[in-house]
Amino acid sequence: MTTVENRTTPDATTTNGAAARPSGLAGIPLLAPDAAKQTKKEFTSDQEVRWCPGCGDYAILAAVQGFLPELGLKRENITFVSGIGCSSRFPYYLDTYGMHSIHGRAPSIATGLATSRPDQNVWVVTGDGDALSIGGNHLIHALRRNVNLTILLFNNEIYGLTKGQYSPTSRVGQVTKSTPMGSVDQPFNPVSLALGAEATFVARTMDSDRQHLTGILRAAAEHRGTSLVEIYQNCPIFNDGAFDLIKDRSQQEARVVHLRDGEPVQVGPEDDRKTLVRMPGGRLEFVAAASVEAEDLEVVVHDAGAEDPSQAFALSRLDSPEMTHVPMGIFRSVSRPTYDDGVRAQVRSAIDTAGGPATDDDLAALLRGRDSWTVA
Amino acid sequence: MSSKTVQKLDRVVIRFAGDSGDGMQLTGDRFTSETAAMGNDLSTLPNFPAEIRAPQGTLPGVSSFQLHFADHDVLTPGDAPDVLVAMNPAALKANLGDVPRGATIIVNTDEFSKRNLAKVGYAESPVEDGTLESFHVHAVPLTSITVEALAEFEGLTRKEKERAKNMFALGLLSWMYTRPTTGTEAFLTKKFGAHPEILEANLTALKAGWNYGETTEDFASSYEIAPATMPAGTYRNITGNTALAHGLVAAAHKAKLPLVLGSYPITPASDILHALSALKRHDVTTMQAEDEIAGIGIALGASFGGAIGVTTTSGPGVALKSEMIGLAVSLELPLVIVDVQRGGPSTGLPTKTEQSDLLQAMFGRNGESPVPVIAPSTPADCFDAAFEAVRIATAYRTPVFLLSDGYLANGSEPWAVPEVSDLPDLSVEFASAPNGVDDKGEPVFHPFLRDPETLARPWAIPGTPGLEHRIGGIEKADVTGNISYDPDNHDKMTRLRAAKVAGIAGIPDLAVEDPSGEARLFILGWGSTQGPIAAAVRAVRNAGHNVASAHLRHVNPFPANLGEVLRSYDRVVVPEMNLGQLSMLLRAEFLVDVRPHTSVRGLPFSTVDLADVILTHLEELK
Repeated sequence: MTTVENRTTPDATTTNGAAARPSGLAGIPLLAPDAAKQTKKEFTSDQEVRWCPGCGDYAILAAVQGFLPELGLKRENITFVSGIGCSSRFPYYLDTYGMHSIHGRAPSIATGLATSRPDQNVWVVTGDGDALSIGGNHLIHALRRNVNLTILLFNNEIYGLTKGQYSPTSRVGQVTKSTPMGSVDQPFNPVSLALGAEATFVARTMDSDRQHLTGILRAAAEHRGTSLVEIYQNCPIFNDGAFDLIKDRSQQEARVVHLRDGEPVQVGPEDDRKTLVRMPGGRLEFVAAASVEAEDLEVVVHDAGAEDPSQAFALSRLDSPEMTHVPMGIFRSVSRPTYDDGVRAQVRSAIDTAGGPATDDDLAALLRGRDSWTVA
Repeated sequence: MSSKTVQKLDRVVIRFAGDSGDGMQLTGDRFTSETAAMGNDLSTLPNFPAEIRAPQGTLPGVSSFQLHFADHDVLTPGDAPDVLVAMNPAALKANLGDVPRGATIIVNTDEFSKRNLAKVGYAESPVEDGTLESFHVHAVPLTSITVEALAEFEGLTRKEKERAKNMFALGLLSWMYTRPTTGTEAFLTKKFGAHPEILEANLTALKAGWNYGETTEDFASSYEIAPATMPAGTYRNITGNTALAHGLVAAAHKAKLPLVLGSYPITPASDILHALSALKRHDVTTMQAEDEIAGIGIALGASFGGAIGVTTTSGPGVALKSEMIGLAVSLELPLVIVDVQRGGPSTGLPTKTEQSDLLQAMFGRNGESPVPVIAPSTPADCFDAAFEAVRIATAYRTPVFLLSDGYLANGSEPWAVPEVSDLPDLSVEFASAPNGVDDKGEPVFHPFLRDPETLARPWAIPGTPGLEHRIGGIEKADVTGNISYDPDNHDKMTRLRAAKVAGIAGIPDLAVEDPSGEARLFILGWGSTQGPIAAAVRAVRNAGHNVASAHLRHVNPFPANLGEVLRSYDRVVVPEMNLGQLSMLLRAEFLVDVRPHTSVRGLPFSTVDLADVILTHLEELK
């Protein structure tokens, strides 16, 4: 079971408790044990960061740069691929391999790289417009295939780089440059979408909560398969304060539902804690601790590793535009064969069965085919 | 052996035509294999509807396969069939217009029922009402004879027995043209090995067809076509799509790199995906993507990682891939884009051939976005063209367009299989060390520091220590590759990218064929029109006229001597299966008054028609 708190995955420890490689990093060469400890600075490129002052992207960048040394990988074995949008400038600021590609298509490029290069730790950085609008098709298919990628979806509920049009996560009624009378579009819930697309790892975190963000990044990187991390990210220019209700210390506790694997789902301060229960008929509802016992209600215990994604989906539906209750953490983390492993296994098996890599003679036999004739 | 007479012929064109479900493509394929095994030169033209099963017995449902074989070199699948096998009234009606008087027509009379005749608008049976008077008609109840021949197969339904009628037809034609059937027998054994009764039924039908020819009086003689004199070597029959797939594999082998195909199924390119997906043993990875864009995205991601990235598609797919091709131009990474052209615009004619994506390949992107374009000229040439595409893509770090088409894709011809050791080495050197110093004199890697000769940038793949770098679609500063919005830099980079493609080396000069040395008329083609043009030019020369001809394989950049060649003739005619796209390029580039000759019928040019066009131009030049 994966939790942010204990910072381990089942793959990360062997039965005797000795440290082993997280499966998400299997096949990637590690730093030599005696190598100098990597620093955040080593992962910082020489390029000037050009986001607007106050942008949430800065905090995410700092968290990622600070986290990457923890992976214990060589910088040359890490690649960041992005699409188009403010968030997609991310790769330029990391001293790893990187590609800033075209709008919405990063998952496809990352799929090609990750499948052909198992020695690469591949990340996709994308935004709500890039991933859910123009690139929606590639996102759902990456999730369905379960390619070994970590996708960081910066959700600021607005188009920033094109200067303030509504996005596929903007709320109904939102007034933007392209919706002067308010948006009539129903938004996507990225977590619900990912779960519906058969994602094996889905989490949500926040730009301003460095510790939580880092914990989620770690769990996502360690997961083998496509990890989707939705990061609530404030755009101070075009959608400032979109997440204030859950950033505000005085309100946070009453609204943010911290998902902890194996524990009851609860929200609220200690003296007013509410517990999520399954009401007769299946509906999930937060009720006061006292009524749980009094009415003998079925407490919802979070199980991120459950094969059936129904409960994870139900948790994602606790969201509402009013942000009354916002679940944060790992919704789902299950193990399923990955696409890239499967593709490589077939190629390897074909080569092995044939007795090793194709020689000139093998190629000659292919070209001749089965029905050749000779003219003397 | 037969007691009947055997006549010698130098060439024959046979067309098998029937309903989509009649197995005409299979029959044609098998006859082609038998013919290849006889050592004849040959060329084939499958022609089938886009619908998998159009309503039975209707004109839209007619599928045909034409084969031209001879004792000399064959340039085209032939204009007009000498023999038409029509399995039903629709097949007869759809093809009769192409059959010259005096030709042989074999009809399956069992299918000429009132109902089937009515379906295609025949009031009376054309076999009986005199319509076919000027042809040599063999009216054969193919279906019922087949069923009768299979009487002892009690485990098979009548329908299953009827299905073997194509093997009966194949057996009959094999007898007529003295083709060996051993290859077909082996093929059937492999195909139906798991169903012994169906296998036996097919073998019996094949044999029955052969025996029918030998015993009935209707067929007075059989024919022999001596093997063609071909240069020594090992040959096989190959379709364009297979040759193209093999060319890619051979090039990757010679480059010592894995081949990664990202593709989305589309007619008529899908067979390349099928072929490559079966070649994993040659370190070929194929990924069937969620759409055309992801197909090329996968290929580009693999190229970034140091593989030979390839995407295969047809015109509508190219339209979707355009933005990613532009990214590849900007990133300067190797990539091969295979466009098996079909009739357009939009869905157009999915199963028919056309050359109308040339301008799309040249210019169908935003910005100044030069891409080399290579066009194979025959099915077998698809092998060499694919090999050349990989050479240019890897040496110049550029996307390359390979413009095949439906005619090449499905058509076939004998191919002199090259020796692997004769194929050029395509080894690539990845960047492995810093290539510059920064302000402080520290070694750094400059991803856009170019090779002074080729102007290619270093191919530095992830996993190489010390060369970590970022590339993207935003304009990059010359040398460092950092984001740059500097006006002069953009001007310089735009011109560098153009100069890199324009300066691609190793493109041979255009070889002009002008036996008399006195021609005033020059015929220039590109891509799959080579066969018909060569055949037409040959016919005109045989008639005593002077005409020069040449064929372009490299459409961008052009061979260096092209302008000079064009200017040295009084008239230049360019036949192409579009409305004059190469003509437009030639006029723009060389200011030569090129005359287009165009056709977009979804079929290759007819040799006779082209010869007439050439003669008309010669007349005008007098």
